[in-house]
Amino acid sequence: MNRSILPALPALILLFVFFLFPVVRMLGFSVEGGTLDWYAKALGEQLYLRVFWNTFEIALLVTLFCLLLGYPLGFLMATTTPFWATVGFIFVLLPLWTSVLVRTYAWMVLLGRNGVFNRTLMEAGIISDPIPMLHNFTGVLIGMVHVLLPYMVLPIYGAVRKVDPAIPAAAAGLGASSFAIFRRIYLPLTLNGIFAGSVLVFVLSLGFFITPALLGGGRVMMIAVLIEQQVREALNWPFAAALSAVLLVFTFAVYALAQRFTRTEVAR
Amino acid sequence: MSASGGSADLLIEGVARRFGEVVALDHVSLQVAQGELLTILGPSGSGKTTLLKVVAGFETPDAGRVTVGGADITALPPARRDIGMVFQNYALFPHLSVAANVAFPLEMRNVAKPEIERRVAEALAMVELKGYEARLPRQLSGGQQQRVALARAIVFNPRLLLLDEPFGALDRKLRETMQLEVRRLQRRLGLTTIFITHDQEEALVLSDRIAVMSRGTIQQIATTTEIYERPANDFVADFVGESNIFHGTMSAPGTVTLDGGRVLQVRSDRPAGSKVGVLMRPERFAPSGANAFAGEVIESVYLGTSFKLRLACEGGLELLVRQPARGALPAAGARMTVGIEPESIHVF
Repeated sequence: MNRSILPALPALILLFVFFLFPVVRMLGFSVEGGTLDWYAKALGEQLYLRVFWNTFEIALLVTLFCLLLGYPLGFLMATTTPFWATVGFIFVLLPLWTSVLVRTYAWMVLLGRNGVFNRTLMEAGIISDPIPMLHNFTGVLIGMVHVLLPYMVLPIYGAVRKVDPAIPAAAAGLGASSFAIFRRIYLPLTLNGIFAGSVLVFVLSLGFFITPALLGGGRVMMIAVLIEQQVREALNWPFAAALSAVLLVFTFAVYALAQRFTRTEVAR
Repeated sequence: MSASGGSADLLIEGVARRFGEVVALDHVSLQVAQGELLTILGPSGSGKTTLLKVVAGFETPDAGRVTVGGADITALPPARRDIGMVFQNYALFPHLSVAANVAFPLEMRNVAKPEIERRVAEALAMVELKGYEARLPRQLSGGQQQRVALARAIVFNPRLLLLDEPFGALDRKLRETMQLEVRRLQRRLGLTTIFITHDQEEALVLSDRIAVMSRGTIQQIATTTEIYERPANDFVADFVGESNIFHGTMSAPGTVTLDGGRVLQVRSDRPAGSKVGVLMRPERFAPSGANAFAGEVIESVYLGTSFKLRLACEGGLELLVRQPARGALPAAGARMTVGIEPESIHVF
């Protein structure tokens, strides 16, 4: 190994100065005065445990919905003609190229009491009172699933593309129904893609801020929103730092578990 | 349409398929008898793969129908056709063990567990893969993978076996072994089989009959000897084996005048004045014969069992000649004479 690290040096310096150093500095805040009191508060008080649980629950649900919506989409894009695959890509990637803020505000326009959805439904006479979809759990879920869907679709698309089309054809020829081909052939052969997409979406969900802050309207408390409140409103930096540290450890733990799982999967 | 006495197990009638402007199949009809191995031989783009896909159900024809044992299957999905198929690259299920691969078609047919185990063991014994049950496809050699594909295709007693260029990926020695093995197994099980290939040598080794395809139509369908000895047209004569093909006119009964002026004695009852093609196989030339050709050697190759010579003869005729490798290889520039008997010349 005599590869030089020289070409990577600018990036390494950048990461160190603007990322690693602030993280360490922030962790320092959380143990200021040589006490672990802030951690005891973060992990001991019912209120904050609820926020952690909430975050976990939302992340899990977002991952689940992304999977349910993303698998058919990724599958279709991987198996259709090049033209429709391109159309699919544009629709999947367009949101990725748009600012999260813009997309979130767009959802507020759509989901509000007087928003496009409610007005259409009421004018059509389907409902008489507006369905609450903004500033609640539903709104946050819809917004986050929309923002994170591409991260699920792309790995699944990649995994399906890797399956030799002769293999499902062979299965059909041997008597397998469409459902059997999916369950016995595609599903096991694309597990890696499903797994990669799920980990990505779950981990990103854990630290999500803008969408839950705007669509939740302060009523849906996720950990990132709580941290921001502690910094900006309560000016309690040590507590915010302790919460961040807990989130960081939790994220790492999920990631490590996932890595381990994929490794055994490959070894088998 | 009755199935009495040596009934055709597979009947293809007027099957047509086009892709935009390209005619892949131009109203193809053929019949494969029960237990017969029919080879569809043709270059790439001849339509042979499309025809196979129509039979397997992966492609729907624009016109025509496919009947197996008297039952029309043209509209049936692949899963309900009961046809075993060996794909070009085997298409084994990479995540399933050898035993699970072979068990797959039986599981799809809801066969009972003990019965599945018995039949999988039987099929694996037939292709000599006992002891490999737990391996994954990627842990097997090419030949072994092919045996698994074969076992998987026959384990459910299909009504038809389709082989899509299955030997292409194997080296020469293994290919020959597998060809004989497939043939032995096919005969033993009495399986009606369609074999697709672009390799004429392979077609001659394996088949009961050969259908030669080109540009979406069947050029000739006949036994292996018939195809080689009495090809129906230029394409078949040229595609199967080495050949010297010339064109001319029947100038008198038993006499052909080639377009270049050369006169040949032949055995043919074609009427005088008709345009004909003439085929002379390179190995049919002897040092002398009723039709003699004197010429100059322009190319000579030593092939172990034979010499392959190219002769430039008078009248602008160029001949490809094979002679048993005896004595010294004639050098380029040498003059020599060869001859061929009338009955060795095929007129079409």
